[in-house]
Amino acid sequence: MTPLRARRLAAHLRALRAIGILAVMAFATAARADAVDDTLAKFLDDKFPQTAAAIGELSAEAPPQAAAVLEALADNRLMIDQADRIVAYKTAAGALLNAKTGETIPDSNAGAFKKVRVNNALRSSIQGAMGSLTLANPDPEKRLAAAGDVFRTHDDKALPALQTQLAKESDPRVAAALKLAQASIFATSDTTSTQDRLAAIATLKERGDQDAQSLIDGISQKATDPAVKSAAASALSAIHARLALWGVAQNLWYGISASSVLLLAAIGLAITFGVMGVINMAHGEMVMLGAYSTYAVQALLPSSLQNWSLAFAIPLAFVVAGVVGIAIERLVIRFLYTRPLETLLATWGVSLILQQLVRSMFGAANRQVSNPPFMSGAFELGGLSITTNRLWIIVLSVLVFIGLQLVLRATPFGLQMRAVTQNRRMAASMGISTSRVDMLAFGLGSGVAGIAGVALSQIDNVSPNLGQGYIIDSFMVVVFGGVGNLWGTAFGALLIGLANKLLEPLIGAVQGQIVLLVFIILFIQRRPRGLFAQRGRAVEA
Amino acid sequence: MSARLDQLGIVFIAILIIAAILVPVLSLGVSANSPFYLPPYLVQLLGKYLCYAILALALDLVWGYCGILSLGHGAFFALGGYAMGMYLMRQIGTRGVYANPILPDFMVFLNWKELPVAWWGFNWFPYAMAMVVLVPGLLALAFGWFAFRSRVTGVYLSIITQAMTFALFKEFFRNDFGFGGNNGLTDFKDLLGFSLQTPSMKAALFSASCIALIIAYAVSRAIIGSKYGKALMAVRDAESRMRFLGYRVANYKLFAFVVSAIIAGIAGALYVPQVGIINPSEFAPGNSIEAAIWVAVGGRGTLIGAAIGAIAVNFAKTFFTGAFPEYWLYGLGLLFVLTTLFLPKGLLGLALKTRERQPSRPVVPAEVIEEGVEP
Repeated sequence: MTPLRARRLAAHLRALRAIGILAVMAFATAARADAVDDTLAKFLDDKFPQTAAAIGELSAEAPPQAAAVLEALADNRLMIDQADRIVAYKTAAGALLNAKTGETIPDSNAGAFKKVRVNNALRSSIQGAMGSLTLANPDPEKRLAAAGDVFRTHDDKALPALQTQLAKESDPRVAAALKLAQASIFATSDTTSTQDRLAAIATLKERGDQDAQSLIDGISQKATDPAVKSAAASALSAIHARLALWGVAQNLWYGISASSVLLLAAIGLAITFGVMGVINMAHGEMVMLGAYSTYAVQALLPSSLQNWSLAFAIPLAFVVAGVVGIAIERLVIRFLYTRPLETLLATWGVSLILQQLVRSMFGAANRQVSNPPFMSGAFELGGLSITTNRLWIIVLSVLVFIGLQLVLRATPFGLQMRAVTQNRRMAASMGISTSRVDMLAFGLGSGVAGIAGVALSQIDNVSPNLGQGYIIDSFMVVVFGGVGNLWGTAFGALLIGLANKLLEPLIGAVQGQIVLLVFIILFIQRRPRGLFAQRGRAVEA
Repeated sequence: MSARLDQLGIVFIAILIIAAILVPVLSLGVSANSPFYLPPYLVQLLGKYLCYAILALALDLVWGYCGILSLGHGAFFALGGYAMGMYLMRQIGTRGVYANPILPDFMVFLNWKELPVAWWGFNWFPYAMAMVVLVPGLLALAFGWFAFRSRVTGVYLSIITQAMTFALFKEFFRNDFGFGGNNGLTDFKDLLGFSLQTPSMKAALFSASCIALIIAYAVSRAIIGSKYGKALMAVRDAESRMRFLGYRVANYKLFAFVVSAIIAGIAGALYVPQVGIINPSEFAPGNSIEAAIWVAVGGRGTLIGAAIGAIAVNFAKTFFTGAFPEYWLYGLGLLFVLTTLFLPKGLLGLALKTRERQPSRPVVPAEVIEEGVEP
């Protein structure tokens, strides 16, 4: 198609469209259409002051197409045809629509259009105008988001729209957000009366989060009015104190979360160490097997049951890790019974074999394990941000702890296990089959490690090296807490987890871990058998 | 068995002396086409094995004769290696990438302006050598003083030695700690003015490793053969009984532990110029546990066996990781399991037993004796 023919065709189409516009205008109310017409016409000049005026009018009158036009303007998608005096905007998909009528302009005419220029000043007033436009949106969620936007920009251009909306707002949540946004504008504006500014600062102080802090920080630095300045300073220190308190609470939460993971990983080790006096270096691999069981369950389950994958994964992980644990006890550990140091080496060997086995079966790369819906996401609690999967892991660790206590306290097997832990020879003399207790205790401890693996698969990478990352921390928990008493393990896990996370902001994560390791090395000098050591009258071998 | 061990010790020393002379001759004095020619990379590899053998011997001194299974001896080895690495780093001088006469490259890269105090004096060889001995020795002294006085024994001791090397592992990974972070120290140029890359330097380092192994063996042998050594073994077999007899058990253990740490540090110092790098992964707990298996395979409580075990296992590792990389970990894992199950006295113990052909009295393990007085 030659350029000449294209132009001619375009002229025909323009004539056709003029008829179309007339038809549309017949339906619209005359006054309204005129106002929009005048506003849009201001864009045709493509001069910054006119464009600014058009933006102001669009936001004040809020015709239905205002949002689309403003959005297009901000993205350089607003086009004008100065010869035919048509304003149009390109949609994100690339179609050109007439701004007034909303009908499509054929591609052949697009050549006549050019972009409306914008500068940074205009962009910021577009943003403010957009904010006030959405303030009137019928959807309360949208209004809430818009109020949040105004709070962040605290642009006083949004004030009229804000106040209009505030007067008729029925949703209490939105009303509160609007008040806060209004306060942010009042507090930062130098033209507002001192009284209003002080009230606004008080409102901001009540909100007391990071955003309010930075806002008031700005006021306390810039304000010239001494009353405002001092109010801002006192509000700032109040917010500081409040945020610091929430910060400590958040770190406590992280610490409890870390403790629950440690408890899950270490409690099985505490059982086997308590009963048999040997440390199972392959314990971390039991955790790893549990995590891979979760992966296998998710890979094999039909999609309709995916939400219930953990309900299958927990028993499976317990059984898989427990059976492997019993096999290790029967095949290796029971022969090294009188040589606990060599058990360390043998079980280390087992851990190498298991790691390589999993690497051969599943590959060395990380495996993706997904969170079921009820375990994903996060929610706010006051100033705390709480991730749901961490919360469930804490619940799980408490349940496992209670379950193990019940097994130990309320079952015949638990009674036998405690007897063997306290005095193996006397237990044997009383007719307890210590070899059977050893085997089952090892299975139980390993099975619990498998459950720990299910929990860890939700927050950590599932890889053959998964267990290695937790094994030394688990040792520390057991060594610190002492054996033969699960409360010692729980206490050790809680203390180490909390100390780790509370030291982290002070001296950094790695330094915190090192300080803890050194502390435990020194602690064990004072209490060589841990915090909750069993007392006896015998010499310690 | 002890008499035969002494005879074997003389053979062991003789073999090492021959190796110290023969290997440089075969590497430097023989033409490259000759079937007896040893290429420099092989000399370097053998030198590396000898350093591991020294480390294993050090570990055997405390494990085999004192009953302390240290899972942190890799830390002493690495500390000795770092001391040597710091000397070699300072020798690079203006030949580094940034050509700073004082600061090693990584410090320039981190924008440091002056040399940290810990690095002072390391350009002077005698000072660096003193640190090779002092740093592992003092760490062992401090650690052992706390651990042995408060009677931390057995599995607990093993675990806290592991915690010690794990803490150092983490610390050395930090760039701010000032020892090169996770890259460690590398790109060494020369030692005492001689380039590290020449075949004659590699041969010299090999011979030095042979001599160090001989001296370490002789010192350990002398300690064990003395009255002190007998008491040490008595502590290993019945610690409480020795304490009741009035011996200061902690001091016996502490001395052996410190000597062992120093030997391990020297091994590390010889290791670094031969492999050309030292980084925090040498502190990894797995390395220390691997050293324990060398001792177990060779036969603990024999010194010679530990050295042989180190060389044999590392030779196997070099071979298998080259030929069947995916099976090496199975092999190593099985080695751990099978050795502890079926070869409690190691290869050398097996050899000595079959040579003597006398049914030895069933050995009652120390732990069983101790258990008689347990709750």
